[in-house]
Amino acid sequence: MKDLTKNRWKFMIIPALVVLIGIAMYVLHGGFNFDVEFMGGVRMQVNMHSEFDNKEIADLIQEKTVDTVSATVQKGSSNEIAVIKTPPVEENVKNEIFNALKEKYSLTDEDLISQSSASASFGMETQRKALLYTLLAIICILVYIAIRFEWRSAVMAVVGLVINVLIMAAVYAVSNIPLNTTFIAAMLTVIGYSINNTIVIFDRIRENQKTRKKNETISEMVNRSVFETMGRTINSTITTLITILLIYILGVSTIKDFALPLIVGILAGAYTSIFIASTFWAAWRESDMKAKAAAAQERKASKKK
Amino acid sequence: MKKKSILTLSFIVILAVLLNIVAFYGFNIASFSYGGMFDEEKGIRKGIDIAGGSVISFQANTDAPTDDQMKSVESIFQARMTSAGYTEARISQGEGGKITVEIPSVTNTDEAAELLGNVAKLTFNDADGNVVLDGATDIKDAAYEYGPVEQNGPSIPYVRVEFNTESQQKFADATKAAAARSGENKNYISIQMDQNELSSPRVSEEINSTSCVISGSFTTEEAETLANQIKSGQLPFDLSVISKETVGAELGPEALKMSLIAAAIGILLIMLFMIIMYRIPGLIADISLLIYVGLIGLAMGIFHVNLSLSGIAGIVLSIGMAVDADCIIFERVKEELRIGKTIKASVASGFDKAFSAILDSNITTIITCVVLYISGIGAVTGFATTLGIGVILSMFTAIVITKFLLKQLVGIGIENRSLFYNAKAKKGGAEE
Repeated sequence: MKDLTKNRWKFMIIPALVVLIGIAMYVLHGGFNFDVEFMGGVRMQVNMHSEFDNKEIADLIQEKTVDTVSATVQKGSSNEIAVIKTPPVEENVKNEIFNALKEKYSLTDEDLISQSSASASFGMETQRKALLYTLLAIICILVYIAIRFEWRSAVMAVVGLVINVLIMAAVYAVSNIPLNTTFIAAMLTVIGYSINNTIVIFDRIRENQKTRKKNETISEMVNRSVFETMGRTINSTITTLITILLIYILGVSTIKDFALPLIVGILAGAYTSIFIASTFWAAWRESDMKAKAAAAQERKASKKK
Repeated sequence: MKKKSILTLSFIVILAVLLNIVAFYGFNIASFSYGGMFDEEKGIRKGIDIAGGSVISFQANTDAPTDDQMKSVESIFQARMTSAGYTEARISQGEGGKITVEIPSVTNTDEAAELLGNVAKLTFNDADGNVVLDGATDIKDAAYEYGPVEQNGPSIPYVRVEFNTESQQKFADATKAAAARSGENKNYISIQMDQNELSSPRVSEEINSTSCVISGSFTTEEAETLANQIKSGQLPFDLSVISKETVGAELGPEALKMSLIAAAIGILLIMLFMIIMYRIPGLIADISLLIYVGLIGLAMGIFHVNLSLSGIAGIVLSIGMAVDADCIIFERVKEELRIGKTIKASVASGFDKAFSAILDSNITTIITCVVLYISGIGAVTGFATTLGIGVILSMFTAIVITKFLLKQLVGIGIENRSLFYNAKAKKGGAEE
């Protein structure tokens, strides 16, 4: 059995690396790939029926719209489906764009698979809400753990959470998956799930603490607790991953975009629960106890005088 | 004891299978019937991203709309959509004067947005533009009719509006005043909808009547829509469209099918995994999982859950998490067995010790679901609903059903401990 608490800073290397890569890609991509729900604008999915050139369509849109709209064009779920996105524009631009495409590529109305538009203020509102409710969820969880366990556990659980959230954000930055409302759902699922793992381990620590023998240090006890719950942590992570992997393999593109960050987030959740939340908690608890013991010693010493 | 346990166990398995059949295919016995989860009318409601259709969000162009005002907007929307034949439509209110409408199967989003967003302010004006009657306060009812409006005239579609008792006098006064102005050629009343003139009938004498007729060059549909708009009342303020979404109908069925296949394969793989990892208790977990799947199908159908793609993701995720509680329990039971307790004692104390972990971990997930749900962000609420229902049901199946089944298993009196765990892998446990 390896001493996890001693190596706790080493366990931070992998998450730190992932986050660093995320930051690098964030800069490279010039920020997140915000979807229209967050930024406002128009998104259209058009079936082109044959392979197409992204730039050709973007140029066509710029040429045919009155306001020379600069749209981004990407390949969708297949090479024949174009995903067109514009910044916030006037209502009629949508029709301008589709009519131009219809004319040039002889499409029918049915080829407009989906379209959505949102005003810029609606996008800001959604961004604000997403942030607000994520924070609210974290605070609620924090309070619950502080009541059921102790405040140090709550703080460490949230530290683990924040690391997970950063890793998830890194996934979005690296993969350039569009950030839309399902991003919030993915984020909150991972928050709930990783807390789930952390709590099962903390629950065991809480129990083992009661029966801890004098000669067992806190780190040793935490170590024991982590390994005792390891079977469950691994098995339930596997069962959850089975289902999400299947969604990823079989699902349509919108669900794929949702499943990939979830897969990473769930792995990260298990990792931080095992290697970070409990080990840092142990170190913290130990140093607190040492400080207390030292203070008690001092008091004793001063009394004797 | 042994016989009874085997009997109970078989009974539960049959019940689990029946539950699934009922949940997914429905039943029809005597006068009772249930269409199952996929019943077109009474089962789950398919979200826009599955059924195809339109989502339109409106924002009230006023600073602080009151709850009453928003409610009246909602009922006006409802009335207008019903009259337009969009009976499947759903309306939900957001904060700060936001209102979102989902109309399944209708892909003509722009037309629908126009129909809903019209203020529908009906006014009767005199020749100088002064409002003499206001549709919101003076009109009791409006109805579409077909027939001649003039004596010996042709039959045409028109709208008959009925005045309130006190407004009858107002109308009489206004027509009297108008009739007196025939010299200036201003002897007419202009009937306007949202400032567009519908008709301007000439008035030759005072009309003291409880109703009047609006006729223009209407088609039947136009006259019907107009009557409905007048009847459903006018919106208390301007509404502007802030987001619109159209989903073609061909995307959904494929997505739904693939997600169901993913769920089915996922369930089978998890069942296999549980048997490999936990042996006989794994089999028990599988029966629980089967019951869980049946229950969630039943809950979705009975509560008419609005199933969107993210909602499906929530269900599939909850299936993966459903066996989590079983894992916690079985790991505990294994530990107890390893320190040499009897199977019966191990099962009992395994459950006791696992309970706090199961409770705390599920409550945090439920907290997340509640926060997600109240966020009111479209795709997110669907996900929160299904995941929340799933977590609560999975707690039930783990704590009640798995426990009950394991007790029956103990009742059968299996002595072979290696059916519960790999006794040879670690020393200190096996004592057979």
